[in-house]
Amino acid sequence: MSDLINASLSELSAALAAKQVSSVELSTLFLDRIEKLNPIVNAYVTVDRARTLAQAAEMDARRAKGETGPLLGIPFGHKDIFCTEGWLTTCGSKMLSNFVSPYDATVVSKLKQAGVVTLGKLNMDEFAMGSSNETSYFGPVKNPWDTKRVPGGSSGGSAAAIAARLAPAVTGTDTGGSIRQPAALCGLTGLKPTYGVCSRYGMIAFASSLDQAGPMAKSAEDCALMLNAMAGFDERDSTSLQRETEDYTRDLNKPLNGLRIGLPREFFGEGMSADVRAKVEEALDQYRKLGATTIEVSLPNSGLSVPAYYVIAPAEASSNLSRFDGVRYGYRAPEYGNLDDMYAKTRAQGFGPEVKRRILIGTYVLSHGYYDAYYLQAQKIRRLIAADFVEAFKSCDVIMGPASPDTAFAFGEKSGDPVKMYLSDIYTISTNLAGLPGMSVPCGFGDHHLPVGLQIIGNYFEEAKMLNVAHQYQQVTNWHREMPAGI
Amino acid sequence: MKWEVVIGLETHAQLQTKSKIFCGASTAFGAEPNTQADAVSLALPGVLPVLNREAVVCAIKFGLAIGAHITDRSVFARKNYFYPDLPKGYQISQMDLPVVAGGAITINVDGADKVVNLTRAHLEEDAGKSLHEDFHGKSGIDLNRAGTPLLEIVSEPDMRSAAEAVAYAKKLHELVQWIGICDGNMQEGSFRCDANVSVRRPGEPYGTRREIKNLNSFRFLEQAINYEVQWQINEIEEGRKIQQATVLFDPDTGETRMMRSKEDAHDYRYFPDPDLLPVEITEAWKAEVKAGMPELPQVMQQRFTGEYGLSAYDAGIITSSREMAQYFLDAVAAAGTANAKLCANWIQGELAARLNREERSIADAPIKPAQLAGIVQRIVDNTISNKIGRDVFDALWNGEGKDADAVIEAKGLKQITDTGAIEAIIDEVLAANSKSVEEFRAGKDKAFNALVGQAMKATKGKANPQQVNDLLKKKLGA
Amino acid sequence: MSLDLEQVQRIARLARIEISPEEAATARDQLNGIFGLIETMQAVDTTGIAPMSHAVDVVQRLRADVVTEQNRRDAFQAVAPETEAGLYLVPKVIE
Repeated sequence: MSDLINASLSELSAALAAKQVSSVELSTLFLDRIEKLNPIVNAYVTVDRARTLAQAAEMDARRAKGETGPLLGIPFGHKDIFCTEGWLTTCGSKMLSNFVSPYDATVVSKLKQAGVVTLGKLNMDEFAMGSSNETSYFGPVKNPWDTKRVPGGSSGGSAAAIAARLAPAVTGTDTGGSIRQPAALCGLTGLKPTYGVCSRYGMIAFASSLDQAGPMAKSAEDCALMLNAMAGFDERDSTSLQRETEDYTRDLNKPLNGLRIGLPREFFGEGMSADVRAKVEEALDQYRKLGATTIEVSLPNSGLSVPAYYVIAPAEASSNLSRFDGVRYGYRAPEYGNLDDMYAKTRAQGFGPEVKRRILIGTYVLSHGYYDAYYLQAQKIRRLIAADFVEAFKSCDVIMGPASPDTAFAFGEKSGDPVKMYLSDIYTISTNLAGLPGMSVPCGFGDHHLPVGLQIIGNYFEEAKMLNVAHQYQQVTNWHREMPAGI
Repeated sequence: MKWEVVIGLETHAQLQTKSKIFCGASTAFGAEPNTQADAVSLALPGVLPVLNREAVVCAIKFGLAIGAHITDRSVFARKNYFYPDLPKGYQISQMDLPVVAGGAITINVDGADKVVNLTRAHLEEDAGKSLHEDFHGKSGIDLNRAGTPLLEIVSEPDMRSAAEAVAYAKKLHELVQWIGICDGNMQEGSFRCDANVSVRRPGEPYGTRREIKNLNSFRFLEQAINYEVQWQINEIEEGRKIQQATVLFDPDTGETRMMRSKEDAHDYRYFPDPDLLPVEITEAWKAEVKAGMPELPQVMQQRFTGEYGLSAYDAGIITSSREMAQYFLDAVAAAGTANAKLCANWIQGELAARLNREERSIADAPIKPAQLAGIVQRIVDNTISNKIGRDVFDALWNGEGKDADAVIEAKGLKQITDTGAIEAIIDEVLAANSKSVEEFRAGKDKAFNALVGQAMKATKGKANPQQVNDLLKKKLGA
Repeated sequence: MSLDLEQVQRIARLARIEISPEEAATARDQLNGIFGLIETMQAVDTTGIAPMSHAVDVVQRLRADVVTEQNRRDAFQAVAPETEAGLYLVPKVIE
């Protein structure tokens, strides 16, 4: 049984199909691990054994009736940003600490249809605002590689759950790097698809024009299988794209001969720590051995991505979070005077400091007299950033660089200084602004044996190619199979 | 010195769609509280808007009807403010690129035409309702109406009196119903106006305006503007300055009172809604919408004056609603084009008066257009007199008989046209009224009228009055 | 540019977030730090660049005018702080 916790999704699927294990047994295995290890890692905020096992039994019944499928009966954890019917859906916030969702997010219902069992809800930075998971109302998630360090964020619970083998695969979301940076810091594979590939319906909005759901798992192959089930048009999301259904596993085994890898000059300058640089360079060497060539490209405006992002994302967030007012659901302050006082106290008590900070930034940049200078200017810069990528992709197939400037940092190291924290996403933010797909793939260990992530950025809708590029690397390396000691 | 009044109106017309503007919840009026508030209407975490095509069609229709520019890439924006009947904390509306830009409406006040220019018309969602009945000192929120599509129609400050504002609002009210985008029900709030009012000395720049919110009847619109104008003039004449403000009209006192000043005016923080993409309105789509639209009232009005010889005034009344115009067209089709003017007279006269008295709409008039045409035709061919026509009308209204001919037959109302028969009756009348005959011969014209009256009475009104007249003159040798 | 305490309080009021004087002082310092970072984009000449509101250049898809949602009031109000007679209750709304 114990090798099942390290198994790939296709291995699990084979074991289920061969009746070597049932969904109930597999789910129990992970639930038991969660019970034992979650008190240390704090990856899950909600576990409901009875509900999970009932779902697992349903999947076993579906299989008994003859249904098959690559994900049928496999248990996943969901980032607590996804609405899951009948489950607490908190978004890491006191504001929703009592919110039992009356409906399923589209991504969740698609996975359910594919036969996925819900193991529980995963901790995250409050409303996905953070890069270290320190802003969660439910306490920080610990990095399984070193519990004195952060797992990254905002999908920190998702990343830690994979690293600690508390789930075979999990969902995440990425607004400025929230899948890729924690994947890098916890040593797993995570993919943020092209904006519009996965439905945002039922995914609690942070910054609507940047948010995108994606898979997080041990390997690129697992991510491809997950994306097959998660992606697709949704009539409930106006920004969901109507495209032909793709099999994201179709190109996994293509050789990489002739692949042109673009290396943005701006990603390899100052700011990247030495140990991260060394591992990224090693990975690039590996790619050259696989037949790829590397060329220098330029993303001249990438330095503006953090400032533009910290105008656009808070502006959208300030508006998206206005619905949390204590009227129809969620937290309401216990004592208040008039209506405005009810709003002000509810929101002051229900939101944590980082969320309030971003609401204030967003409110300010949209307010009368400042809109043009901030919001409009940021949107124009956004176009410049997107245009840089279009130009770069004229001479390369994928772009590579670090996913994060550092390996996992210690708790408290950046939380006192928002600017320092915001710069942790310096390599990931530009792809969200452009709407491009991005991945992080484990590429070794830096100082203190902490994981390093290689970022792969693809052109629009080239997820299958990126997964191929990552998978081929994972055929000749074992970084993605490494597991933290003592867990 | 005289004051000039400057008025601009912002009108909210609820669009007649089955479902809400951004979700599939019903828009039916009068349901139990919150039973039509679905996940999107309630702004549950994670929900998203998807635009209702029909709402866009309604806006395009309006734009075409007023000769406006239809924006080819229209954009939705969020208007941010906190209010319990606004579940998302923002209203999805339009700012920079509304569906409809410009256009104009012609009104007629005291016989003179005047063009009122429109600034824009944009799509937005309605809010819910706050119920102020006492729930232990709290308000109750019903979100059934939240998300109902609205077209906000903004005029230029082109009106110069309450009467003009009312004429404009009425014209708009007629038009939105005519093109079938709004039911016009003002009691249910389907059509409501905000009035921006200011005063100035003629020739001077615009004065500071105050906005009167939520006027849901033409009478209130007129009263509120008149009160507000007088109030502003008094303020200025007493040496005070007008402060920009939003005010409410209290129908009980007939006064306006301040709701909020400019200082606490909202900072709405408009920005393009990232959940919605630009709406593309192609030439082909516009053409398709246009093809499905009814003939417009102003076009029909011209046709009625030209083809049917109606006066501009009559044509204006006949085209005040699509139902009335259709009634007229159906009646003319049955009665013949030559009788159009008479049809119009009957519709504006007898029919309108009766409908008004019984508070019925023309759509459920007991007399159908063909029946009315029957009356007109029998008058024209001298089967009955105009007066008898009214009796036939009454009979048909009350359901006595299937058409004019049947009523005339059953009641024996046919006009006596046989000269011999009328002459015989006249002879009897002359014989019985020798005094009047003498008086007539002595030069008293009035006596002639008395004789005509007697003759008509003797025929029970069935003789043709003109014929009686002629024969009587002949007999008297006049 | 730097924000003062009064501006911080004004923004907080607009956002309906109660904020104590101490919190306002902290917020002011942090926001000024963040705006220091944001200001770097002010130097860029963006004349003639069209603002980019969406990650992908597509147009709005339109929904057919059909009622698809059923009454789920009980389920939705099960998570509400305060309801009565099917209504959500709030402190008295004064117009």
